[in-house]
Amino acid sequence: MDLKDLERLIALLKEHELAEIEIETEGEYIKVRAKEGMILPTVSSSVSSMPQTVGSVENSMETDPNLVEVKSPMVGTFYRAPSPDAEPFVKEGDKVEVGQTLCIIEAMKLMNEIKAEVSGIVEKILVENAQPVEYGQGLFYIRKS
Amino acid sequence: MFSRVLIANRGEIAVRVIRACRELGVSPVAVYSTADEDCLHVSLADDAICIGPGPGKESYLNIPAIMSAAELADVDAIHPGYGFLAENAHFAEVCQSCNITFIGPSPENITLMGDKVRAREIMRKAGLPVIPGSDGKVSSVEEAIDVARRIGYPVMIKAAAGGGGKGMRVCHNDMSLKSAFAMAQREAEAAFGDGGLYIEKFIVNPRHIEIQILADRYGNVVHLWERDCTIQRRHQKLLEEAPSPVLTQRQRERLGELAVRGAKAVGYSNVGTMEFLMDEAGDFYFIEMNTRIQVEHPVTEMITGIDLVKEQILVAAGERLRYRQRDIKIQGHAIECRINAEDWENDFRPNPGKIEYLYVPGGRGVRVDTHIYAGYVIPPFYDSLLAKLISFGKDREEAIAIMQRALSEFVIHPLKTIIGLHEMIMSDPGFAVGNFSTHYIEEKLEREFLSQGGRR
Repeated sequence: MDLKDLERLIALLKEHELAEIEIETEGEYIKVRAKEGMILPTVSSSVSSMPQTVGSVENSMETDPNLVEVKSPMVGTFYRAPSPDAEPFVKEGDKVEVGQTLCIIEAMKLMNEIKAEVSGIVEKILVENAQPVEYGQGLFYIRKS
Repeated sequence: MFSRVLIANRGEIAVRVIRACRELGVSPVAVYSTADEDCLHVSLADDAICIGPGPGKESYLNIPAIMSAAELADVDAIHPGYGFLAENAHFAEVCQSCNITFIGPSPENITLMGDKVRAREIMRKAGLPVIPGSDGKVSSVEEAIDVARRIGYPVMIKAAAGGGGKGMRVCHNDMSLKSAFAMAQREAEAAFGDGGLYIEKFIVNPRHIEIQILADRYGNVVHLWERDCTIQRRHQKLLEEAPSPVLTQRQRERLGELAVRGAKAVGYSNVGTMEFLMDEAGDFYFIEMNTRIQVEHPVTEMITGIDLVKEQILVAAGERLRYRQRDIKIQGHAIECRINAEDWENDFRPNPGKIEYLYVPGGRGVRVDTHIYAGYVIPPFYDSLLAKLISFGKDREEAIAIMQRALSEFVIHPLKTIIGLHEMIMSDPGFAVGNFSTHYIEEKLEREFLSQGGRR
């Protein structure tokens, strides 16, 4: 791994707006991670008999078939709980069943419950409470069980 | 004046309204469907909200989604453009009840003029000449035949809830009227949700002349003279011009007066268009009123120097009209050619697709209203209008020459468009003379234009 290769990796990261690239080859391991506009390469040489692999990149969630993105079916305001002082419907790490209410999207004073279409674990919540959301905007990642 | 306006539309008219907003210092907010992520209006606005998937019903016609977006974006007013919800009285009412100004006439105006039978009746009472026909809707084929015999064949069966050239059939005798009647009812029911029909005398070889009016909320109404929209295909306009090559000054003054009288009779506000047919004898008949800004508004803007979309916004914001009738003069001549993504040599088949190379004409006397750009992919869900090419000259001859020149420069590669058809029309001596009826395209297309072979 020389400077040129490193530069190419960084360019790749920037061009595809990735969060992280991890490469492991015989004798070498490199991870390049973008952190709020800064790119911090971590290079370490380690003797390893592991085959060449390009690690999974945090951003390409779409390629993981078990990770389902729950998208907003309407324009409105996202609420995590049924009322301001109540507990949120779900937290990261919670197990959910098909048909379980995940959140509320409020549109024109009407509260619409958004239900899970798969069972699994809530891996990530993508929006903040009381955030305006548009049609098709990602709300949750659920890891199918 | 409003601080933020949501444009409930897409494509070239959304771009048009955004421009008017910018010039007035109003912040424009766009809405878009998932199929329109790359549409120009999205990037020109200050904010843009995705409201649904491609199909119009789920996006641009989706009132709850649009109102929700209006709420999130905290807008003061909504401009509906043309088509979609522009003449939907219910939408205008919903805006009202949400305390958001609908930039257009009142819901009552829209409802009234949307009922073509009532509109005709009201205008008749206001003293406008209307085409001889049934007194309101006809409830049976026998009644239809009575009317037809009274006014004389040929007659036109029209849908009461129709308009825009849709839901019309011509009948030349009792037999064809009998067979067409039931079918027309079913078609009207399916297309407009209302099977009501009325009968009008069919005007042979008519010209389509419309008058632009502008009214404020205080009862002041002016007209901005006429547009001649006679060149049509299947009742859809292909090109428009202002002023009309066949009207005398007296005729246009009279039409203008009638249009203003009609608008006042219904307490109209904002922009509107009174449509008339002119028969071979030079007599005029009111046919319908459009309660929205129209596609062809640019030709009126060019000859009067007035920005109609800005006036819409000003009037909606409560401003008084800044013009008196005597301030509105005609200068020069303007022509607009609608550039549709249609293969005119193959039955006008629409061909959406990607624009690989684009050259938009310019120079003196050329205006292009469009949302297209090189690399843009035309989505299949909406109308095929790519651009409006407008020429403006000191007289009709110059406007035609400029249009010919501009058409020859226009490149929208590799899509098939009707640019070639417009070139044929502009070089046709029949067009230059100005003597044609709404049958022009039908007559010329097969016999002359197609056999001459398109240039592109």
